[in-house]
Amino acid sequence: MNEIMSMVFIVIGLVFDFFGCLGLVRFPDVYNRLHSSIKCVTLGTSSILLGLFFFKGFTAAGIKALLCIVFLLLTAPVSAHVIARSAHKTKVKLWEGSVCDQYTEDKG
Amino acid sequence: MKRLRWFIGFISIIAVFGFIIFLPFPSLLAWQSVLLERAFFILILCASLCLWRILRGPTPPDRAAAIDILGILIIGFCAILGIPTGRDWYIDIAIAWALQSFISILALGKYLEGKGFDE
Repeated sequence: MNEIMSMVFIVIGLVFDFFGCLGLVRFPDVYNRLHSSIKCVTLGTSSILLGLFFFKGFTAAGIKALLCIVFLLLTAPVSAHVIARSAHKTKVKLWEGSVCDQYTEDKG
Repeated sequence: MKRLRWFIGFISIIAVFGFIIFLPFPSLLAWQSVLLERAFFILILCASLCLWRILRGPTPPDRAAAIDILGILIIGFCAILGIPTGRDWYIDIAIAWALQSFISILALGKYLEGKGFDE
């Protein structure tokens, strides 16, 4: 039963990885690409690690997989925020279909 | 016409994905190892899409985002590789790779912003 659960989680993670990378190729803008790819890739990779945890059980490798999930969920939004902030500060243009840009409005 | 193009693209994506994952297995006894082999094929496809964005990206933050996602894909690759080989140190490599990728992306963001590393 644990093996079937782990295979199901791995397939879900592969689907999220594939659609995240597809969004990285197909979207028109840096910010849209970050929006798609960071969310989907972290969810997909966390799901793959959760599948590894279901396969290994409560051994050393399973606990390390849970630790790696926590670390990914803490660090991936920070790195995405750093990339988006540097892109906005070096004046990379938004897509022409964008609705609002509240960061420049807040700066005045 | 636009909806027709969207529909054709959707059907072709589902066809490629199903052709790789859900093709009938040669033997039902070894279905786990066959599924994991096909998982490697899917991850290599994702990595080639990221490499396309690195080569083609019009601005530097595009390339930085693609490099970040390539690192996260390598973590998933190590996690899948730990199952059929039965060795536990692949997950150690995954944790170390996550930490090192995070620090390198922070340094790259500071560099793209035009500051020094100690500001």
